[in-house]
Amino acid sequence: MNAIRKILGVVWIAIGVLVAYFGVTVFGLPKVTSGKQEDLVFGIIILVILLPIVVYGLVKFGIYALQGEYEINE
Amino acid sequence: MSDTKKISLFSIISASSVGTMIEWYDFYIFGSLATIISTKFFPTGNPTAAFLSTLATFAAGFVVRPFGALFFGRLGDLVGRKYTFMLTLLLMGGSTFLIGCIPGYETIGFLAPLLVLVLRLLQGLALGGEYGGAATYVAEHSPTEKRGYYTSWIQTTATAGLFISLLVIMATRTVLDKDTFEDWGWRVPFWVSILMVLVSYLIRKNMHESPLFAKAKEEGKTSTNPIKESFGHKLNFKYVLLALFGAVMGQGVVWYTGQFYAMSFIEKVMMVDKNSVDSLMFIALIMGTPFFVFFGWLSDKVGRKWIMMAGLLVAILSYRPIYEKMYQTVNVKNKTELIDKATAEVSVKQLKGTAVDSIFTEKSYFSDGTVKTATLTKSFVDGTPLVVDGKNKEVKKTVIKINDSDKWTLIWLVFIQVIFVTMVYGPIASFLVEMFPVKIRYTSMSLPYHIGNGVFGGLLPAVATYLATTAKDANEVATKAGATLPYAQPYLQGLWYPIVVASVCLVIGVIYLNGKDMRIDD
Repeated sequence: MNAIRKILGVVWIAIGVLVAYFGVTVFGLPKVTSGKQEDLVFGIIILVILLPIVVYGLVKFGIYALQGEYEINE
Repeated sequence: MSDTKKISLFSIISASSVGTMIEWYDFYIFGSLATIISTKFFPTGNPTAAFLSTLATFAAGFVVRPFGALFFGRLGDLVGRKYTFMLTLLLMGGSTFLIGCIPGYETIGFLAPLLVLVLRLLQGLALGGEYGGAATYVAEHSPTEKRGYYTSWIQTTATAGLFISLLVIMATRTVLDKDTFEDWGWRVPFWVSILMVLVSYLIRKNMHESPLFAKAKEEGKTSTNPIKESFGHKLNFKYVLLALFGAVMGQGVVWYTGQFYAMSFIEKVMMVDKNSVDSLMFIALIMGTPFFVFFGWLSDKVGRKWIMMAGLLVAILSYRPIYEKMYQTVNVKNKTELIDKATAEVSVKQLKGTAVDSIFTEKSYFSDGTVKTATLTKSFVDGTPLVVDGKNKEVKKTVIKINDSDKWTLIWLVFIQVIFVTMVYGPIASFLVEMFPVKIRYTSMSLPYHIGNGVFGGLLPAVATYLATTAKDANEVATKAGATLPYAQPYLQGLWYPIVVASVCLVIGVIYLNGKDMRIDD
């Protein structure tokens, strides 16, 4: 199980990168550039708050997993 | 356990829970009265006011809460749990009371929305600091074998706060007539807050500091820099990430789907009338609330992890069937219309100056008692149509009055979702407390909690609405082009956000969470 925990680290890093790409292209930029004020706030929150947390968090989580930080003595 | 200890623990749980409930009450009344508040402080047609309004909604709910968690979490780990959550209580109560005292936009102009925004931000900060303090305080007083049960009372407070806020608003509406309520009566629920806060403050004032924190302080083992220790060291930061991605992120979206998205879906997508929505949510929440305590209690017997993971799993698997059933229950296409009873009328509403609204109302009656009211409002000034953004201003609105049978079907379907909420939310306080050591517990558990709930959960209505609207627009484009519709059920598209987030959380939680460490004295 600890081997799976380590290997899956790659998946979390990949998901982090995918979220960054789709978050910017599908959610963030279209909202920021829509011209509506409500969309602007929403877009900024997505780009400045949600994405950094998710992307940085998942990538860091993946790195820790790869380093075996989440191994459990069973 | 001796009787004195039991009474003392009971008073600790009561004082902590009531205070947290009041904070949720304060937070929710702003949302529940959002429509009327916007007319008083954020006039339509004014872009700056609209911008402030959006900020007040988004910022306090999502952005500020994690900052509150950091600020007050740090304070709680440095000074103590008791004083910190007394401070958050006063900050929240004071801000709420003052929102109820601000003169409207017509009296003091832009200062009004600006003050509301500032006070709303203070509310968000206070809320960010409250929960971690209350959960930690109760957990650090509780015996290991009953920690899940005792802390689950804290978990009922968010739902109870929503419940009480609806109750106070409904009572005020009942006592005052419609005009008085819209004139100044809406301020009453804000004023009521200060009384509740004072009572709670007096109760909390007589409580003692958490024994584990007091011991750590006495032995000089408290942290000198809780934020650095929590997030600057891999040893602890890895658990902050695990708590967020393996538990709280999923819990946040399940909670917001069950309690808030369900309400918004029934009202805005299914177009059920507001009174029916309020009352059915009310009943479903009352029926579901005891299950927070049940699952908290159960988590002491079978462990926290698997109850939360089971909650995530059933939510992921059943959201789409539940929402499809809700939608089809009220869908008038599935009902038999009584054609001969249908009515249509036109009325004119005189507005300020030469402005008038012409209102076309069509009522359709159905054999099961459902009534659909469709209105089309056209605005005129000086006898000519009012043009906004190059188009004649027209507002279409449909409201469906449901029958008792459909109402109970919806109540059960919302109740099932509330059960999912109780499964993931009931044990989470004790789960988070057990993940982190005494000296940085308040800080470490508060941040993932408020990111999971405030950011992942709080953004759910906006993201889900965006996904559903995008699907609906794509269908409209396809219809105009005579192409096949890309989405068979566009109204369900918004559910992909909670389903995907909860699924990722479930996999991480199942694989990475240990769930066996129940010690909190480390």
